[in-house]
Amino acid sequence: MGSQVHGAQHFDKEKRKALHFGENAMIAAQEIVARYPADKKKSAVIPVLHIAQAEFGGWLSPEAMDYVAEFLKIKPVEVFEVASFYSMFNLKPVGKCTLEVCRTSSCWLCGAEDIVKYIEKKLNIKDGETTKDGMFTLKTVECLGSCGTAPMLQCGASFHENLTFEKVDSLIEKYKSEGRQRSYTDLDYQNTL
Amino acid sequence: MGKKLLIHNDHVPNIHTLDVYRAHGGYASVEKALKTMTPEQVTEEVKKSGLRGRGGAGFPTGLKWSFLAKPEGVPRYLVCNADESEPGTFKDRYLMERHPHALIEGMITASYALGARNSYIYIRGEYFYVHRILEKAIKEAYAAGWLGENILGTNYSLDLHMQIGAGAYICGEETALLESLEGKRGNPRIKPPFPAIAGLWGCPTVVNNVETIAAVVPIVNNGGEEYAKIGVGKSTGTKLISASGHINKPGVYELELGLPVEEFIFSEEYCGGIRNGKKLKAVVAGGSSVPILPAELILKTAKGEPRLMTYESLGDGGFITGTMLGSGGFIVMDEDTSIVKNLYTFTRFYHHESCGQCSPCREGTGWMEKILQKFINGTANESDVDLLWDIQSKIEGKTICPLGEAAAWPVAAAIRHFKQEFIDIAKKKKFDDVSHYSRLNKNVVA
Repeated sequence: MGSQVHGAQHFDKEKRKALHFGENAMIAAQEIVARYPADKKKSAVIPVLHIAQAEFGGWLSPEAMDYVAEFLKIKPVEVFEVASFYSMFNLKPVGKCTLEVCRTSSCWLCGAEDIVKYIEKKLNIKDGETTKDGMFTLKTVECLGSCGTAPMLQCGASFHENLTFEKVDSLIEKYKSEGRQRSYTDLDYQNTL
Repeated sequence: MGKKLLIHNDHVPNIHTLDVYRAHGGYASVEKALKTMTPEQVTEEVKKSGLRGRGGAGFPTGLKWSFLAKPEGVPRYLVCNADESEPGTFKDRYLMERHPHALIEGMITASYALGARNSYIYIRGEYFYVHRILEKAIKEAYAAGWLGENILGTNYSLDLHMQIGAGAYICGEETALLESLEGKRGNPRIKPPFPAIAGLWGCPTVVNNVETIAAVVPIVNNGGEEYAKIGVGKSTGTKLISASGHINKPGVYELELGLPVEEFIFSEEYCGGIRNGKKLKAVVAGGSSVPILPAELILKTAKGEPRLMTYESLGDGGFITGTMLGSGGFIVMDEDTSIVKNLYTFTRFYHHESCGQCSPCREGTGWMEKILQKFINGTANESDVDLLWDIQSKIEGKTICPLGEAAAWPVAAAIRHFKQEFIDIAKKKKFDDVSHYSRLNKNVVA
């Protein structure tokens, strides 16, 4: 499959060969593809990219996108142009837990900037950076529909709302001790409403 | 207490499960429609109800349905727009999370009216956990025979599918949503053709907001005329309002259209007044896109009449002294809020969310963000206010989709009503962030 479409990212043929969905991811992806008419499989690209991102370390490498293209029998560029459009797809490596702090209007009005500054200081990283141990990435994001429970952050599938510094402390502690990757597709979401 | 039709069972434990939902009268509209009404009769009731699209545009739903082309042998689709992303809006999330079967019931009844055999709920990617809740509810509905082949023994069959997004405000625009559903970038399409003629995969399609579809349930159950009795004039029925910002009781409220804005903000039944005894400064009444109004104009129209929560009353005075009901994202700001900084967060948002197809929007939103950043840095000049005005006026009406307007209107309104704040910053060459969110929000005091 063509590798030039992935821009500056290096495409590694050996890495690509080694990539494969695990059993659960494969079942989930096949289930999604079955929802669409036979000639409309391209519609599955977004949900399948979510599975790929969760399965292949929290981001979409050129090899991962190539794998999805082959899986859906579409061109690699059709995958790349979608992956590069939507903000939830990471085209660069991220930490195991990405703390996505909302900063738009209502969240700003209720203290989002303080939460961002607090996390920056606590983890010794700036917005967009990842901790040296690869555990946390901090990312400021736009409105997540949690305006009435501001300030808030999203990590994987979970919304953490009405944030305080104490809540941030215990959240970071918890994630650190568990040490695993958090993905949007996780089933153990926490709903604080 | 106003009448509630959508979240009236909020207090019922486990109302999100099919058994409890059914025990409280759930799925009655499906029984009534499929067994006693023709699809045309269902559409007629929706027309009579006066229901207007609850996503923001307020277009009459029955009329939208009647535009749907019905060529022989071509599938038709109903697509639910659950891409709720307008800053300040979280009502659909609330409805889907707590009352998933209300949406599914509405989808079945509406799909029947439109003759759709496959329907989709497109939900924003960040709401992944709500997607799980809905998937579970859909499975329940299939198992109980509310979805699938020959529903209730009739010859009507329907498959309902979920589709997840991946972070893009623009996918709330209906043609961008359809592009995304087809597995592409969320670039809005040039209209015409409208989705009613050529929508999903080129087939006739109706796209409706979550709350709009849920409202079909009480309309069919009680009749369109009953629904139309609620509200004022052309603003019929109830509306979910998501209230946030500097109020004592943020949250989602269902209210009868026609409630005075003052009562909504200050009564204990709703927002409970401004936090920490502060004064009201301004309100964005219908999501980030609609014009911000200062306290005196949100409580009373320019003519001195009490402002009501209706499409017409909020729109009274046009954009000079009025605003819009929009999506119902009601953002309240107290006396210490910097309107300039709030506008900066909005403009940064629109710049981030512009799909990039049209130059006025792609370049204009970024330019406006840069200028507002100068105000925040204290390096702006007085002439930058005029420049901002000039840029926003050149975006409006010059783009494929309404994101251009959505980005331009907040800038215009902030300058129209709060120009002095911009000029003060430019004169002082300093931005004092007096928004004091730390002091105001006890939660985050260091």
